[in-house]
Order: sequence, then structure tokens, then C-alpha cells
Amino acid sequence: MTKSKSTGMSDKASDIILVTICTVVLLIVAYPLYYVLIASFSDPYDVYAGKTFLLPSGFTFDGYKAVFADPKIVSGFLNSVKYTVIGTIFSVVMLYITAYPLAQKDLPGRKWISLFFVFTMYFGGGLVPTYLVVRDTGLMGSMWALFLPGGVGVGNMIIVRNYFQNSIPHDLVEASEIDGCSKFRTFLSVVIPLSMPILAVQAVFAMVAYWNDWFTAMIYLGGKGEPLPLVLRGILMKSSAASEQASMISGGYAELNKQTELIKFCSMIVAAVPMLIAYPYVQKYFEKGFMAGAVKG
Amino acid sequence: MKKSETPVRISAAGSAALSQRSGKTLGQRLLDNWQLYALLLIPVVLTVVYKYIPMYGIQIAFRDFDPNLGFTASRWVGFDWFTRFFKAPTFWRMMKNTVLISFYGLLWSFPVPIILSLIINQVRFHKFKRVVQTVLYAPHFISVMVICGMIKIFLSPTGGLLNLLLGTQIDFLTQSEAFRTIYIASGIWQDAGWGCIIYLATLANVDPGLYEAAKMDGASVFQRILNIDIPELLPMAILNLIMAAGGIMNVGFEKVWLLQTDLNKATSDVIAVYVYQQGIEQAKYSYSTAVGLFNTAINIVLLIIVNKIASKASDVQFV
Repeated sequence: MTKSKSTGMSDKASDIILVTICTVVLLIVAYPLYYVLIASFSDPYDVYAGKTFLLPSGFTFDGYKAVFADPKIVSGFLNSVKYTVIGTIFSVVMLYITAYPLAQKDLPGRKWISLFFVFTMYFGGGLVPTYLVVRDTGLMGSMWALFLPGGVGVGNMIIVRNYFQNSIPHDLVEASEIDGCSKFRTFLSVVIPLSMPILAVQAVFAMVAYWNDWFTAMIYLGGKGEPLPLVLRGILMKSSAASEQASMISGGYAELNKQTELIKFCSMIVAAVPMLIAYPYVQKYFEKGFMAGAVKG
Repeated sequence: MKKSETPVRISAAGSAALSQRSGKTLGQRLLDNWQLYALLLIPVVLTVVYKYIPMYGIQIAFRDFDPNLGFTASRWVGFDWFTRFFKAPTFWRMMKNTVLISFYGLLWSFPVPIILSLIINQVRFHKFKRVVQTVLYAPHFISVMVICGMIKIFLSPTGGLLNLLLGTQIDFLTQSEAFRTIYIASGIWQDAGWGCIIYLATLANVDPGLYEAAKMDGASVFQRILNIDIPELLPMAILNLIMAAGGIMNVGFEKVWLLQTDLNKATSDVIAVYVYQQGIEQAKYSYSTAVGLFNTAINIVLLIIVNKIASKASDVQFV
């Protein structure tokens, strides 16, 4: 498709313009990330002196060594992995067990049950009442406080439900039931295998949400089992005034500060990279996923 | 779709069963579907406990909440908490900041994904197009915490990237005039690419024959964008705009809270942060609930107005 016969001069000219604009946008988006990456391998003094723009300068692994030697960061990382794995499984299971029954057009009460869920999309109890209920149900300090209050992600549930309705042949489900499969059995061995693309997209969405979450953890975990973003908060959001003064004076204090600055870059990379590796695998399904939701909202 | 040939065939007996099911009573149908209801049990219970009970708990906005007495038994105080909020010294500042951040945010962020997707859609080199999309989606997958860390580092007066490029030593995060720009620009950087998906998906539905016909008539790429793509996107864009306008009081808590300093509060003080500070940090449960409810109430009114406009617009635009 890159070369069609009717391609005239004006098309070539517009190709150049389009590609140029896209390249500029691409650089604007990519450069800040690239800068953090090269800074994480560079001497912080060089970074602050403006010597690190295109390539790392004063190449060093010290930052990463310090990050992986820091027990708080390591335990934050492991906590995040744990919450992400359990949370993703929980969320996807919840989505599926809600969406599948609601995709059955002949289920008595389907409309009302759907409304019951959809209503929570538009109206909620708000921060404090929810907080009080989580507290009163004894979830404070437990990792289940990160999963249970979220319940069913209703927007995503609608996307999955529409996918079940529109993309899985109803005949197939009926046939399998007539041949003696129970509704559970049909769900497990016919519907789930046929819905892999949407499952993959939903799993990645859930994964990203749990990996990046810190607010829920901050208010419900009470400082125990902090996930990585919360540990990062201590590293990144510290008042910079102290570190600036420190950078003015030389000696041991400044040396310590240098490490702190380097750790900032490295810890951001450690927090961001896992998700940046994951999403391109399901990228081709994004559009489909969104359109499935847009068909009947 | 190879799997669609799974070894299940409709037998003669099967189709007989199929024709019988319509004659069943409601009781039988409920019984037939018991497994589906069983699947729904846990989601329904969780939704009742963590969504509907908190809704019921909103009444503490009108009570002086005492944890020992619970949601319903605490003393009724009517609108006291609301009037207290209206009289708070920062009330108007928070209202103004909340509305302005949202309004300017919408104004700047809304057109970007549309323009980007119109451009990306016309790129004919598929591999390049895919790379552009992949890179543009990337920031969406990064935690707000990391984004705010990057903002802090890039805007730092000593050695921050922006100051290095400008040759200045300005501490942007202590300047209240800069806060909205920082908030909105970083938001566009993070989510404009992601916002393209829905528009790109819409544009993917354009009949290729239309483009071919336009080419035959000698239409340039820009004429094709103007006459084919933009009309195709318009309904979706209007729908998105209307939805966004309905959420104008929903300023995200996380980024504002992380970027807020004592010195930029004149523009960064928003209702969502106040709700958190009063409710969770200071445990003023009733007061915080009242403030949150006030915010929600404005949102609902906006949503109703916007829905009215949407149904009017749909008469003109969508049919």
C-alpha cells in the first residue's frame, strides 16, 4: 500500500509533511522518557550541569546498584508485584463473572441487574463514606482493601459484555448447552477461549491500574506493605529545597545528595519500565476493545 | 476464529429442546439459569457493600457523625456543614480553581487527540504509523507518581531540563501563575496519544472507496481530511466534548495533590484536595462528606444540562 499508482507529486509532498509532524510529536513524547533513561546512567553532576542531552555522560550503574540495594525500594517492588498479580486476577474474574450472565439476553431480570451496576458509574458514596465502610468491614491494613472496594469495573464490564454479545456466536453457546454442557461448563470451555483478545486487553488495563496505584494504598494500608509508587513518593516528592542547598556545598553531604539524585532517576525507570514493556503486546486489540464498548453503551 | 468449529453440533433432539424453552414459566427460567445467578453473587455483594452502603452513608453530610453511633443514629444537623463550607475562607478560591483547571484543561486537551488522529490516520507507512502509535500511548501507562516526579525534576531550578534549555533558574512549582499550565501541559503529554484510540478506531471505519473516489477527483490529503475525515469524526468528538463538560468539577486529586506547594496554592487549591485533607487527614468525616456531596451535586446538575444539550444536538448532528 505504500506505493499506489495514482501517487502524484502532491501526495508525496503531503507524505513528507505528515511524517514530519508525526516525527516531531513522537520526539516530544519520547524525549522526556529518554532523558530520564540516560540520566539514570549518568553522573548527576553532569546531568545538572546540562551535559546530558543525547547520551549518558559519566556512564555509571551506581544508581541501579543503590536502588536494588535499598530494602525499601526492593520491598516496594515486591509488594507491587504481589498486588498487581492478585489484583489483576481478581479484577478480570470479577469482570467475567459479571459480564457473562448479563450478556445472556434471556436471563430474567437482566435489565435490572445491569442498571444496579451501571448506576454506580454515575453516583457514588464519595471518599469518606467509602473509607468508613472499608474501615468497618475490617480491611484496614489488609491488601484486600486494594481490591474489594473497587468491586466491578463497570465501564470495562460493559465492554466485555458487549464483546460476549456481539463477537461470540450465540448458536455456539446454545449448541454446547443443548449437548449437555452446564452453563458453567459452557462459560469455561467455549466462551472464555473465544474471548482471549478482550481478556488480554482487560488484564493489561487491570495490571497497569494496580501497578500504578498509590492513593488506595496510602489511605488503606496505613504505612504497611507500601507498593512501589508510595515508596517513590518518599524519594521523589521530598522538598527539593534541602537538596538544592546541599548541592551548593561540597564534601560528604553533597556526595550523599548526588546518590539521592541518581536514585530518583533510576527508581522512576524501575517503576515505569514493566508496564511500558507489557502494553505493546496487546496494543493491536485496543481499538477493537474500545469499539466493542462503543457499539452499545 | 478457528475455534468456532469446536465439536458441538445441534442434534435433532437439541433443536426440539430449543423450541420448547419459550413456553417455560418464570420459575423454571430462574431455575435454569441458577448458575448464572451464582456467578453474579459475589459481584452483587461487593457492589452492595462497597458502593451502595457508602451511598447510604452520604447522610452523614447532614449529621454530626459519631463512629460509635453509625451512619443513621448520629445527631441530625441539617445543612450546617454546607454553610460552614460556604463560609470557609478558601471556598471561592477552591471553586474558582476547580472550574478553571477543568475548563482550561478541556479547552487545550480536547482538540489535541482529534488533530493527532487526523494526521496519523493519513500516514501511509504502516510500520511508521505503528511506531508512532506505540510511542504516543506509552505515557498513559506510567504512574501519576512517576509523572509528577518527572515534572519536579524537569522544572527544578537547579539543573532542571527546562531551566537548562531556557538558561534560567526559575522554580516553576512555587509560582502560582505556572500551575495550571504545568498541570494541563503534562496532562496533554500523558494522555493525548491515548485519546487518539477512539478517533482512530472511528476513522478506520471510513469506506476506503471514499478515499479512492476523492483521489480520482484530485483531492489532496488535506482536502480528504477536511471533507471525509472531519465529518466522520464530528459525532464522536461532540459526544466526547459533552461527556467531558459534564465532568468539569472532577479535577483529578492525585496530580494536584502531589504538585501542590504552599506557594502555588493560590491556583492549585481545589475541592478534591480539600475533601481528602479534611476527611482523611483531619478525620472531619461529616464535613468532608458534605463538601464532596456539594461537588457531586454540581456535577449531577451539569450532567443533566449536558444531557439535555446532547439530546438536542443529536437531533441536528446524529440523524
